[in-house]
Amino acid sequence: MTAFLKLLARNRLALWGGVVLAVVIFLALITPLLPLPDPDVTNTADRFKKPFSEGAFLGTDHLGRDLLSRLMWGTRLSLAVGFAAAIIAATIGAAIGIIAGYYGGRTDNVIMRGVDMLMAFPYILLALAIVAALGPGLMNALIAVAAVNVPFFARNIRGITVGIANKEFVDAARLAGMSDARIILTEILPNVVPVIVIAMSTTIGWMILETAGLSFLGLGSQPPQADLGSMLGEARSALITNPHTSIVPGVMILIIVMAINLLGDGVRDALDPRLKSGALSRPMPATLVDRKHVPKPTGDGILALDDLQTQFHVKDRVYKAVGGVTLSVRPGECLGIIGESGSGKSVTALSVMGLVASPPGVITGGAVRFEGEDLVGAPYEKLRALRGNKVAYIFQDPLSTLHPLYRVGDQLAEAISSHRRISRADGRANAIELLKSVRIPNAESRIDSYPHEMSGGMRQRVGIAMALANDPDVIIADEPTTALDVTVQAQILALLNDLRRERGLAIVFITHDFGVVAQLCDRVAVMYAGRIVEEGVTGEVLAAPVHPYTKRLIDCVPELGGGRRVLAAIPGLPPMVDQLPEGCAFAERCDKAAPACRAGEVALVAHGTRAVRCIDPERAPRTEAAQ
Amino acid sequence: MTAALKLTDLSKTFEVGKSLFGTGKGRVHAVRPVTLTVEKGETLGIVGESGCGKSTLARMLVGLLPVSTGTIEIEGAALDNADPAVFGRKIQYVFQDPISSLNPRKTIRQVMDAPLKQLHNMSKPERARRIAEIFAAVNLREDFLDRYPHEFSGGQAQRIGIARALAAEANILILDEPVSALDVSVQAQVLNLLADLKSEFGLTYLFISHDLAVVEAVSDRVAVLYFGSVVEVGRAEDIFARPRHPYTRLLADSAPVVGRPLTAPEGKDAELPDPLNPPTGCAFRARCAFATEACAASAPDLTDLDPSHSVACFNPL
Repeated sequence: MTAFLKLLARNRLALWGGVVLAVVIFLALITPLLPLPDPDVTNTADRFKKPFSEGAFLGTDHLGRDLLSRLMWGTRLSLAVGFAAAIIAATIGAAIGIIAGYYGGRTDNVIMRGVDMLMAFPYILLALAIVAALGPGLMNALIAVAAVNVPFFARNIRGITVGIANKEFVDAARLAGMSDARIILTEILPNVVPVIVIAMSTTIGWMILETAGLSFLGLGSQPPQADLGSMLGEARSALITNPHTSIVPGVMILIIVMAINLLGDGVRDALDPRLKSGALSRPMPATLVDRKHVPKPTGDGILALDDLQTQFHVKDRVYKAVGGVTLSVRPGECLGIIGESGSGKSVTALSVMGLVASPPGVITGGAVRFEGEDLVGAPYEKLRALRGNKVAYIFQDPLSTLHPLYRVGDQLAEAISSHRRISRADGRANAIELLKSVRIPNAESRIDSYPHEMSGGMRQRVGIAMALANDPDVIIADEPTTALDVTVQAQILALLNDLRRERGLAIVFITHDFGVVAQLCDRVAVMYAGRIVEEGVTGEVLAAPVHPYTKRLIDCVPELGGGRRVLAAIPGLPPMVDQLPEGCAFAERCDKAAPACRAGEVALVAHGTRAVRCIDPERAPRTEAAQ
Repeated sequence: MTAALKLTDLSKTFEVGKSLFGTGKGRVHAVRPVTLTVEKGETLGIVGESGCGKSTLARMLVGLLPVSTGTIEIEGAALDNADPAVFGRKIQYVFQDPISSLNPRKTIRQVMDAPLKQLHNMSKPERARRIAEIFAAVNLREDFLDRYPHEFSGGQAQRIGIARALAAEANILILDEPVSALDVSVQAQVLNLLADLKSEFGLTYLFISHDLAVVEAVSDRVAVLYFGSVVEVGRAEDIFARPRHPYTRLLADSAPVVGRPLTAPEGKDAELPDPLNPPTGCAFRARCAFATEACAASAPDLTDLDPSHSVACFNPL
């Protein structure tokens, strides 16, 4: 709650809206206690007195009634009616929406079609019809305004409820023996309330206006009772001769509605989780760079990372996602990066082309060299020319990386045309060629498919085809088979393997699966808490892991053909990268940990092709000289 | 001895493209008639690829989806979820995504209280004592109780999900991909916990997963599902080592194993059949190297090869 208020207060306009609204509401509340003249007593002798005249601060109206008094009482009434209408509309609308969304199927269909019919009428016509049927009067105007706004709430809340009702925690509640009514009240409602509040905060000003509109037409409050709309309506005939009678209630309506809308926008921004997570803040085209010095090149591959460090700066916290990674990959080679979630393997991959979202991502050190040229801090145009051209990515979920509204052929042609000029016909021919190269059957007809018309395996082939579009030298594949079934995974891995042999591609393959690494990768680097803890030729690392983490991680993975057994587990969790311990990050979970492990920095020590970051490795790694 | 769980010709058909008043345009047989028995104290593994109907099957067993045809018997009595408070004490479910199975606006104590209050009518002190017992069993600290779900890692949240299922004191747990959202080091912790709980409380598990190695490691028997049908049932140690159905062999050959060279075990364009337009006969025949005319004419039934191994294939390997 305090976090919410803080967030709200950061929005200056919302804060002002809130202050003004609070003052108006406060004044409306204390109106009966103020020494004001009776608002309904007419005194035609004193009609149309100017503002600031004796005995009438804001002047008098056409019947000589005190305008200040009428304004205060009118504001009180208008606010009360507006809030009441909003609460009634929100309650009924939310109830309808929750019931329709929760029960779904035919209940949903019948209710929502009814709501649609209500929405099909222009709202003012509907309100007029309701008032005409019930007769004029403030209560009936309130009913009309509430009824007109019910569909808005019902539709909004129904949409949210459908999403929540399909969540697993609702199933869990059902299995815990809860009845439908209890599930709606204790599981669904608390999750819907923020949405109701947001919808209310943005519509309440509108409802005050609508009520005023009905009163203006003489259908709301009846004389002599004052509300803001009826005051305007009565002043209409004297608009030219005595404008103050219209301006006074008009300005009040403006103040109230503006204050409510500004506050409402602030409330929405502060409550909406999508806005809170920064979805509206546009990331920069390339990751921010803030490095002190450039390390000397050490690797010799086509793509070489030297002591790369990438951090996320969120408020006052620093997440060291990548804490100094040195890697290199040669043409035709496949380098595996293996690690658990949060180990920094994906951030490493994205840092290569400056694709880490900034803010909050910052590359704070190291170098990424492609063909010997440093890309960290390179101008955006240079990065853009390389992205998808010389260095291409394949991502985990092809459904979210392909655009759902374009045909796959057009997307492939676009990938080509963003790097070189190409005619439409050539683009299409190239796209067909690419689909054939990733073994998609009937490429000529598949080219006109939309992504949703393809299976997961086919979509990932399109993702690979897109990566191949400009004949890249390096492909960075981030868990490309994790979302696929095993039989499809086997097909995709075989395809990647063929491609790299045919084209001499360098592949950086990120995964959490030792089986996949073993089958595809020549070398493997194991990452833990943002750093490489072990690196070497795949077969050697898997057969004889030297770092305790690698060894125990391999032991955790059940292997097919081992039968029923107890698995070795690693107790505890990996450390958070915003509070890394001193020394070895694995010491906390390691059964060999000694005081020296926690004393200070443990270096990655290389012995030939093998490197390990441990002061007490499992077994002295073989050096190449010894072989 | 009555079986813990007995499914007879259980099937589920979804109608697709339903309009407001008419019936659907097409039908999808998510689960074709399945007959299976799970003995008391046994772990039956169910494997299959996405879309094979394993989650639909699991959701029918706990009454979250109505059954199209066939019957479910739980500990000798037909499935009856008219009274959720009685039904929840018989069978419970552990969800795949541990975070989304916890209401983000409830504390863990409220989550744990729900089954104890609704299913067992426990008073507040009784509930506190029972929660302490369960949390000790699943290695969770009691100071977690007043926190909200987003404060937990996947592994901790899954322990809470298991603790909630245990609170119902049901004898049968349906575990729907309980470890597939977890990292391998945490996955092993949770699998070992499940094994401990099973022997401690004498539970019966139905363990659903797409990961063959995990299923093999935890199950007594394994059923392989393809396109809504059970194609092979056998003991865990046999079924992947000596598969009899060509599909089971394909699965076993596709699983990446350290030390096995990389080969695509089947044609590179093989696809699952279209559920809206299913093939005649055996659903696997288009991908099968051993398919004959008999396979196109009719679908094979599950038949026993020996008492512990049955297969639905005209030409078993």
